Amino acid sequence: MKFSENWLRTWVNPDLSSEALGHALTMAGLEVEALEAVAPAFNNVVVAEVLEVVKHPNADRLNVCQVNVGEASPLTIVCGAANVAVGVKVPCARIGAVLPGDFVIKQAKVRSIESFGMLCSDKELGLSTESDGLWLLPADAPVGKTLREYLELDDKIFTLKLTPNRSDCSGMVGVAREVAALTGSLLKPLDIQNQPVTSTEQLPVNVSDVAACPLYCGRLVRGVNAAVATPTWMLRRLERSGLRGINAVVDITNYVMLEMGQPLHAFDVAKLSGTITVRRAHKGESLTLLNEQQVVLDEEILVISDDARVLAMAGIMGGHGSGVETATQDVFLESAFFQPDAIAGRARRFGLATDSSFRFERGVDFAAIRQALERATQLLLEICGGKACAISEVRGQVPARVAIALRRTRVARVLGIALDNNQIASLLKRLQFDFAASGDDFRVTPPSYRFDLSIEADLIEELARLYGYDNIPALAPQAAMTMLPYSELQRPLARIQQILVARDYQEIVSYAFVEQQVERELCGNETPVALQNPIASNMAVMRSSLIGGLVGALRFNLNRKQSRVRLFEAGACFAKVDGEYVQSQRLSGLAYGEMQPEQWGAASRLVDFYDVKADVEALFAPQPLRFAAAAHPALHPGRSAQIFCGEQAVGWIGELHPQKQQQYDMAQACVWFEVELGALTQAQVPRLSEIAKFLPVRRDLAVVVDEGMTVQTLLDAMQQISASYVAEVVLFDVYRGKGVEPGKKSLAFRVLLQDTHKTLTDSEIEPSITQLVAVMQKHGAQLRM
Amino acid sequence: MEQLQQILDQALQQFAVISDEAELEQVKARYLGKEGSLTVLLKGLGKLSAEERPAAGARINQIKQGIEAALQQRRDALQQNKLMLQLEAESLDVSLPGRGMGTGGLHPVTRTLARIEQLFHSLGFATTSGPEIEHDFYNFTALNIPENHPARAMHDTFYIDPQHVLRTHTSPVQVHYMETHQPPLKIISPGRVYRVDSDATHSPMFHQVEGLWVDENVSFANLKGVVQDFLQRFFEQDDLQVRFRPSFFPFTEPSAEMDMSWKGGWLEIGGCGMVHPNVLKHVNIDSEKYLGFAFGLGVERLAMLRYGVNDLRQFYESDLRFLKQFN
Repeated sequence: MKFSENWLRTWVNPDLSSEALGHALTMAGLEVEALEAVAPAFNNVVVAEVLEVVKHPNADRLNVCQVNVGEASPLTIVCGAANVAVGVKVPCARIGAVLPGDFVIKQAKVRSIESFGMLCSDKELGLSTESDGLWLLPADAPVGKTLREYLELDDKIFTLKLTPNRSDCSGMVGVAREVAALTGSLLKPLDIQNQPVTSTEQLPVNVSDVAACPLYCGRLVRGVNAAVATPTWMLRRLERSGLRGINAVVDITNYVMLEMGQPLHAFDVAKLSGTITVRRAHKGESLTLLNEQQVVLDEEILVISDDARVLAMAGIMGGHGSGVETATQDVFLESAFFQPDAIAGRARRFGLATDSSFRFERGVDFAAIRQALERATQLLLEICGGKACAISEVRGQVPARVAIALRRTRVARVLGIALDNNQIASLLKRLQFDFAASGDDFRVTPPSYRFDLSIEADLIEELARLYGYDNIPALAPQAAMTMLPYSELQRPLARIQQILVARDYQEIVSYAFVEQQVERELCGNETPVALQNPIASNMAVMRSSLIGGLVGALRFNLNRKQSRVRLFEAGACFAKVDGEYVQSQRLSGLAYGEMQPEQWGAASRLVDFYDVKADVEALFAPQPLRFAAAAHPALHPGRSAQIFCGEQAVGWIGELHPQKQQQYDMAQACVWFEVELGALTQAQVPRLSEIAKFLPVRRDLAVVVDEGMTVQTLLDAMQQISASYVAEVVLFDVYRGKGVEPGKKSLAFRVLLQDTHKTLTDSEIEPSITQLVAVMQKHGAQLRM
Repeated sequence: MEQLQQILDQALQQFAVISDEAELEQVKARYLGKEGSLTVLLKGLGKLSAEERPAAGARINQIKQGIEAALQQRRDALQQNKLMLQLEAESLDVSLPGRGMGTGGLHPVTRTLARIEQLFHSLGFATTSGPEIEHDFYNFTALNIPENHPARAMHDTFYIDPQHVLRTHTSPVQVHYMETHQPPLKIISPGRVYRVDSDATHSPMFHQVEGLWVDENVSFANLKGVVQDFLQRFFEQDDLQVRFRPSFFPFTEPSAEMDMSWKGGWLEIGGCGMVHPNVLKHVNIDSEKYLGFAFGLGVERLAMLRYGVNDLRQFYESDLRFLKQFN
């Protein structure tokens, strides 16, 4: 809601500066989004008439003008504007005037002729950014009057950011009522008289959906002159409310809407045929709107129609071809109450947001429907002439305003302050609410213009608002204290993140929506969860993995000359499985470039699979993991694995596929991992087991196997036979080269044997070692001597 | 006797100029070895008379001890010297950088969330979470925002399908939590939220922290108390001014917007209010018995103010030059 301060002050004029008034509104919940002066500061500028224009004797482009500024003798002013002419009325800055930019007008010689002022453009007065000459004022502009006074430039424009509950403030009457309640100033209501009816002629009106339109008023006004100019005062107020003038009749309906918050519509009677009907649209029915947008309607949409066609989307926008134009002679004025439910959301369906739909979907004052029509008639007769006919009214059940119980004790509990009954009564009075009081109990009937008051909490908010949120103290709560549960079976995410931070990974936060192509290329996902209304094509689908964001972030940084990048992110990934949206929290990271930052004391080498594998193992420690070779759309098929924790598949690790690496312009491969956060946060409460008192015995076993044999196969085989005393088998060396045939590799295992109660002898150890060797031999391993 | 003193003087002179341990031992032999001059003298004692023998023996021993003491002193000096040389040779340039991995860091939003959680945990608020693809019912209807309510237009919602949206706020977590827990309740719920909006001050994805306290006696004054306490602790500024301005959210009543004083003006920091009775009704909590307050804070806004970030978009660009500044 945007309006002129001067206009508001014709309704209610508190002794407050503009800023103080704005603050009061903001602190009452009517947030002042902007408070701007209509014109920048300037003075000593008057309306002047140019009496004579003579070419400057010494300059081709200049004229010497005689200018009437309302004094006995005209002023001589040298002027360079091309559009200066005898008889025009223009703003004249007199000697001593200060224009925007602290430009002072002095008496000056212009090419040897004295000039006593300056004729101005609107740009020079700071009222527009461009100009093509002098500002030509209307012919009836009063000569000698200051421009500020004549154009009411000492005015400010308030822009309120209305919350959806305060539709009552979408008209001046509502804002004024609010200001009166807040400041205690007197409210001067509009004096609306019933207009003399000169004919009983009526258009037949039929409301077929009375529930949606419980009150419809319309009247014919015949013989109007729609071509007449809209009065300056009205146009000025419209413009300062952000509306532009269209024609006198439309301007009047808009003006009454701004005044009373009641949208009106005017039809050209010559373009109507038969009965005016308010009904639901038929499915498939179409309408060309005033803005020439073609819409196809359905039963959801309430329309105004006549016998021939749909005329308007009720409460939203009029149709093309039935509205008032300058040639219109007879007008049918409509003022109606449409139920908010019947209008809400409809405009948005068609991408519309109109002044009318804004008001109707929030609720207009159903008690002022007829008054609004009378007010519009009054202005119409005054401005455009014509004769008013009788009002046709179709009335159903307008909303009831039921009295709401308000308890002083509840007010105290909710707000935490003890208002007494007198204070409550006084606040209700300032709000002009009808109420009855009995002890601590009040019964309050909300006014017809308030659609946001239906329960006690609504009234408590009203009291608090008017009492002032600032006046409610900030108090520490008092409550029984209990401790929060803190399970040791869960590791907090923060601690897991710290593991990666300590291992030189930098956390990122990337958008949860990615480009569809990224999902296809990196996740092999042809059916991602898609947004119906994405903001851009590169944010069109929900990620099913964190890889897209990480690779994107890697590329962003490589483009900025970073050569070593280690990133991680924790966040949700999305998929649709069996009709349900699955949202899994994951942790994912990638490493690119040198393993360590470039440094003097360590040989440089690139990060590889095993470096990142160690990071993943550290994340899960002390839970052991298994890595099984598996193919992933983003990864090098020979360098990727699925990660298992126990039986559960918990994630992926691998080197980016060489083709992707090339496609993304990466000089080296990056190693990526992603794991389920749920598996990571699980923890066990430690239970101590007995520490062996005897030292373990170590035996090293070296075997030669085929290249294709995985270490895991041998480890599993050794594990399975459960050889006595074997506490640990760990691979500690892999060797290829001299002494080992090509196509083979040598693996060295450290075997620790242990008994808790005695020191082992060779004869106790040997059978176990023999068993281990035997099981490896079964897998084709040869013992290396 | 004259001869003895000469031997001692000579030995001391010789020891003093020797700088090598092996040489020292060789020189020692000249005096104390089998053929050493003192050894010869000692052997010669037998030739002396019984009267002369004790005094001469004592005198020789005295000289011998003198030599041995000088010898030991020289040995110690040489060893000390050798150690000094070794230590000197082994000294490092301690200014050379340490070897190994660097350290990474957390995202400023994570860092901010951690602070927020810590502060609210100290008041006994538990952390909860909820889904980001949210059913329309939880995002809107259960929060007293029915179909077609104008407040839906305020939300600029991303739709997945007609029934599912990307949650536009963290408030749905309130409903999930209250469906499964009985009052008294005291939770915060941090998380990502989504709106169809993108410029220097709006991001299509951002973070909120929702707070909810439901109990028999919590009031609007307590809401003010908790939020003000939080902001003063978060910014470590005891005199930080916090302003509550009437506003509208369908799920709270009374509702307020929270502003904090900043550089001579006011900055909006979030929304709050007393939980609307309809919201409690949806989850079968008796609104006559229980009252609640709820608040939602913009995490990025807090991080921006705290760390001097001016452009919201920087949080999501993953520029290491930006991120590393928060480590």
